[in-house]
Amino acid sequence: MATETHSDAAAASAPGMPQLDFSTFGNQIFWLLVALAAIYFVLSRMALPRIASVLSERQGTITNDIAAAEDLKAKALQAEAAYDKALADARMEAQRIIAAAKADIQSDLDAAIARADAQIAEKSAESEKAIAGIRESAMENVKIVARDTAKEIVSALGGKPDAKTVNAAVDSRLKG
Amino acid sequence: MATETQGEGGGLEFHPMDQFIIKPLFGGDAVNWYTPTNATLWMALAVLAVFALLVLGTSKRSVVPGRVQSVAELAYGFIYKMVEDICGKDGVKYFPYIMTLFMFIVFANFLGLLPMAFTPTSHIAVTALMAFAVFFGVTILGFVKNGASFLGLFWVSSAPLPLRPILALIEVISYFVRPVSHSIRLAGNMMAGHAVIKVFAGFAAIAAIAPLSVIAITAMYGLEVLVSFIQAYVFTILTCVYLKDALHPHH
Amino acid sequence: MEGDIVQMGAYIGAGLACMGMGGAAVGVGNVAGNFLAGALRNPSAAAGQTATLFIGIAFAEALGIFSFLVALLLMFAV
Repeated sequence: MATETHSDAAAASAPGMPQLDFSTFGNQIFWLLVALAAIYFVLSRMALPRIASVLSERQGTITNDIAAAEDLKAKALQAEAAYDKALADARMEAQRIIAAAKADIQSDLDAAIARADAQIAEKSAESEKAIAGIRESAMENVKIVARDTAKEIVSALGGKPDAKTVNAAVDSRLKG
Repeated sequence: MATETQGEGGGLEFHPMDQFIIKPLFGGDAVNWYTPTNATLWMALAVLAVFALLVLGTSKRSVVPGRVQSVAELAYGFIYKMVEDICGKDGVKYFPYIMTLFMFIVFANFLGLLPMAFTPTSHIAVTALMAFAVFFGVTILGFVKNGASFLGLFWVSSAPLPLRPILALIEVISYFVRPVSHSIRLAGNMMAGHAVIKVFAGFAAIAAIAPLSVIAITAMYGLEVLVSFIQAYVFTILTCVYLKDALHPHH
Repeated sequence: MEGDIVQMGAYIGAGLACMGMGGAAVGVGNVAGNFLAGALRNPSAAAGQTATLFIGIAFAEALGIFSFLVALLLMFAV
């Protein structure tokens, strides 16, 4: 049966598998050697050195770029530190100004309060004195009115008012 | 193979192996060693593709790579890292050989996936030549580098003494089977995938099964794309492993 | 007649040889499954072992390819 198939299969020679047709082996081996030699030549002379150089060049570029990036990063960190420092300084300065202003205000306030206290004390002393005066004069008036009234009453009762006695009596009464 | 189909008489013909036939490119029947054949054509296309990717693609040498250049660099880095990881630093000088093998196999495999294409790597002759080249190269290199102590590869000094001769026999056998499995793995995978696709394609002649056949071909094609790459990778990585044995035979 | 019997034996043998592919499938699945189980336990170590994974898969698969090859030889070369 197999032989029938093979007679159909045009050029195939006796064995059924073309792979086992030894008459073609020499041909294949020859052309394979040519092909492999060509590839080997192309690879070892042109392709591999070129790719290796491209790869190492890229490696170099990448290393350089990484170094540059590290550099820039360090710079950025420095700038950030400087910025932070400036910020802290400014904050401290502001604190200081606020404290100074507070102290100024406090001292002004204290002075004003002291002045106001002094004025108040003065005013109250004056008023005190005025009140004392008024009280004094009111006492005098009471004394005079009491003497006069006592003299009038004594004379109305028919006695002769003795000024000294009346005065002494009124005084002792007022004091009592 | 053809028995049942010819019995049907429905014109259903399977010729899954016909795609592997080597034909002279410019007419005639005789395949002499110098005749340009379809194998020659597709090997040449693979060489051109390697050239286009690795030489034309990187011609701009740009620091920020374009699409083709980044693929080329990816392939370079992939194989370079593989060689360095497996063989160590002193294996790096064999990197161009391994890169040659990888690029040729991967492009031959992928170009072979094009419809109507021929796959050079599906032929035992091709893969066996590459595998035996690796085998003899590695063996000679091992003896040149290590002298007779290369034979220590077969003498497993970590095993108990009575077992060592038996293990040595097994190691020797497995060492000599290496090129066979190395070559047949690649050729067998390529051949199997293409033959299966062809068989499914043969079923498409029956209208009722045709949609299923197309779906099956699509699925197999996806698998084949994966297999094409993985087999190239495996061939390369096994080459690295064998090379490591030659460079550092004492494991 | 004699040739037909030989042919029949070859075809039966090819079919039997295909069983080897099942073994390869089990082997590849075993390798990949164990790798995944290990990788899930220790994902950080997984990345370094993918090469080993592929080597293991390649060795497991090679034997399946051998059986496929035997099948093909029986079909076409005997």
